[in-house]
Amino acid sequence: MSAGIVIVGGGIAGQAVCEEVRRRDAQIPITLVCAEPTAPYDRVRLSEILVSGEDPQTLRLRPSEWYDDHDVELLVGRTVTWVDMERRVLGLDDAEELAYGQLVLATGSQPLMPPIPGIDLEGVHPFRGPGDCEAIRSAAAGGAEHAAVIGGGLLGLEAARGIAAQGCAVTVVHLVDRLMERQLDAGASALLQPALAGLDIDVELERSTQQIIGPQRAHGLRFTTGEELAADLVVVSIGIRPEVSLARAMGIVCDRGVIVDDAMRTSVPGVLAVGECAQHRGIVYGLVTPIYDQARVAAATLLEQDAAYVGSVMSAKLKVAGIDLVCAGEAVGDHEAVVTDASSGVYRKLAVRDGRVIGTVLLGDTRGAESLVAAVRAGEPVSDPLKTLSEASLAGPADLPDTAQICDCNGVCKGALVEAVTDGGCATPREVMAVTRAGTGCGSCKPAVVEIVAAAAGGLSDEPAYLCPCRKQTREQLAARIREDGLESVSDVAAACGTGRDCGACKPALAYLVSEIWANSHREERDARFINDRVHANIQRDGTFSVVPRMYGGVTTPDELRRIADVADKYHVPLVKVTGGQRLDLLGVRKQDLPEIWRDLGMRSGHAYSKAVRTVKTCVGTDFCRYGIGDSIRLGVEMEKLWEGLHTPHKVKSGVSGCPRNCAEATVKDIGCVAVEGGWQVRAGGAAGGNVREGDIIATVKTRAEALRVATTFLQYYRENAEYKERTYDFIPRIGLEKVREVVLGAETGAALRERLRIAKAATRDPWLERDDPYHPRQFSDLDDPPPGAGGPELVGPPAGGQR
Amino acid sequence: MNYACRVGDVPLGEGRAVTLCDRRIALFRTPNGWYALDAACPHRGGPLADGIVSDRTVICPLHERRFDLATGAALTSNDDDVASHDVEVRGDRVYVAIAGRARGAA
Repeated sequence: MSAGIVIVGGGIAGQAVCEEVRRRDAQIPITLVCAEPTAPYDRVRLSEILVSGEDPQTLRLRPSEWYDDHDVELLVGRTVTWVDMERRVLGLDDAEELAYGQLVLATGSQPLMPPIPGIDLEGVHPFRGPGDCEAIRSAAAGGAEHAAVIGGGLLGLEAARGIAAQGCAVTVVHLVDRLMERQLDAGASALLQPALAGLDIDVELERSTQQIIGPQRAHGLRFTTGEELAADLVVVSIGIRPEVSLARAMGIVCDRGVIVDDAMRTSVPGVLAVGECAQHRGIVYGLVTPIYDQARVAAATLLEQDAAYVGSVMSAKLKVAGIDLVCAGEAVGDHEAVVTDASSGVYRKLAVRDGRVIGTVLLGDTRGAESLVAAVRAGEPVSDPLKTLSEASLAGPADLPDTAQICDCNGVCKGALVEAVTDGGCATPREVMAVTRAGTGCGSCKPAVVEIVAAAAGGLSDEPAYLCPCRKQTREQLAARIREDGLESVSDVAAACGTGRDCGACKPALAYLVSEIWANSHREERDARFINDRVHANIQRDGTFSVVPRMYGGVTTPDELRRIADVADKYHVPLVKVTGGQRLDLLGVRKQDLPEIWRDLGMRSGHAYSKAVRTVKTCVGTDFCRYGIGDSIRLGVEMEKLWEGLHTPHKVKSGVSGCPRNCAEATVKDIGCVAVEGGWQVRAGGAAGGNVREGDIIATVKTRAEALRVATTFLQYYRENAEYKERTYDFIPRIGLEKVREVVLGAETGAALRERLRIAKAATRDPWLERDDPYHPRQFSDLDDPPPGAGGPELVGPPAGGQR
Repeated sequence: MNYACRVGDVPLGEGRAVTLCDRRIALFRTPNGWYALDAACPHRGGPLADGIVSDRTVICPLHERRFDLATGAALTSNDDDVASHDVEVRGDRVYVAIAGRARGAA
């Protein structure tokens, strides 16, 4: 076909057809027409954006270059208005005409909006595109008091989670008597509800919404029972309606969707349909996995190869942080094995019909999901379903069959990963992920990908973590070079190895490396530092800065508080906030005011802007607390004074608790000490951020002095051996706790570490002293601000001729 | 050409902002020469003058978007390019020719 393939619709389906065709044929012309104003993105992950507020651009399926590199003509923000099937020509909304050899309809679907009064009120949103996502998020984060989500399916629950994450109360109202009724049985649904309650998501079942109450803005829902629910944000997620208007206009046979045969052909020759707009054997698939299956068959048909689509087993994962749920196939069979523990919210089920696996539901414990879903897809015969279920929880990714799908976002099976290693010449997980796209979607399968690649590559799973990816140099290689050649600054390293010159992203890492190797007697070059470390304050979203003065152990005085209050008044500081680390934060400060503020405060830097030793949070300990058994304030202050000013590979947050009640949360700090009967527990590698991890016990010691010594030794071990931007909670598992203990607790190795820390510490200096001793007259000022201490008018300067 | 500053006003390897012809401009001084871009990152308005500069690029301090210093082309993600302006150094003085319009989403 000389005129090539035109794909209408830039969703996951359109992109998948495009990729499948290109993989089989590098020559045939492909044009992808997207109605939305952006190139194809991963709609499945929209709910993540709702939670995180990240830029929707991060959902792009492929970067712009991909389309050039693969000779795909990409038209965005254009719609097809007519098709002349006789001449095989179509018209775009800007009157351009496009000839096609074959046409693929991948027009997707529209959100189904029930025809009830009030559906078009302000504050009522579908949940479909990035625009909806942005609108819902800003309403939830910006003052909505109560949100209602109509529809308790997969997407509705994800939307509710996104809203709850913004701190807005949310209720899911669902028409039938159980959540996700298309995927779950009654037993799993019943356990899902308390799990959602734990995430502050209320659920009301058997609620039929009759009306959304106005008059202008939504104020609530009225149900058919006459009861009402107050809601000033309403999200509708009750299903999809296949977008078939173009197909109908072309006279193609449609039912709910565009009817296709097993080759994905429609009733009109040369026209195919794929994805949510297509109806195959009576089914419109609204989930992502079948789309990839359909796209493969469509690509084969387009290239006159034989292939048949015979339907897909539905499978779904709920992408709600805090709830693990995987389901596939049918939830109910003629024979079922169920393992359930209501108290821990675990429900595992295998459904069997006529001796074959037809479905699985795994809630709360999804171990073995890949192999069980593979068994459902294959319809494997099973004699003892309970045994299959329990064995699955012990199997690792390496035990899976080649047909097991590992990456659900991109539809990649284990076999494809293995093939990339054995035939494709890939040696590392990163290379395999780049080639197969596995793990590049939501990322939840990355650990499995790494394990499979490791097994396929014969155990070789480590790829170097490049400090400078542009020049492919690792921290070890650079450190060796810095030591051998005596390179004292980032520019020395750049001249010797070329690092830091291409993209510049590695400059702060190099700056840390030279400072650590030369124990802070390196040659400091501020241009290699992030802005925070140039002006010793934390940059905010509007370009202003925040200022956190040092308060050892979180202990302050009336005099310090007065000075902080005076500064906040004098400089019109918009927000004064107590931080999580027990400090006071002055937010919204102009860069040029920083030196004066530090002078007025007369306090030292809290390093709250830097990869450095941050705060040591303490509880009241023995001074006043009735329960305290160790002097936590004193140990905390000692730690903070001993470590103050030391830079680290990533921030180090610490805590000291005076008894096992652990009010300072020391068990989830990078370094934490907890007083126990008869001594102190010293922990490291704790986390309470995006991931929660209990710190490993490095040692339990008798005295406060010993606790200080062990904690300090660990700090230096971390400073010397962690990769840049590697937190303690990743560092310890990478090195291994046994190895860490061996070095930190070893008499000689420990003493050497402490001596090096002492030397590095001796060369530190309070960065806020640069208020009187700036590294450059314009350290804190832009070109039209007068620099502190210098006269004004000369700097703006007279124009010296030639002005236009 | 508009007078912007003296050579010594911008530390080597860094940027500083200045308003010229009612437009906020980020001026960069690198070992390879001077560059000027519009000051605000097209992504979320971050101050490009506060970014980390390498031989050819600047990284916005807010969300690590990267731009070519000479052309203003966006090098990461799918952002719009940022307008670039010609810089001329005459003796100790630095001048910028402000380009006509923001290039934006060309």
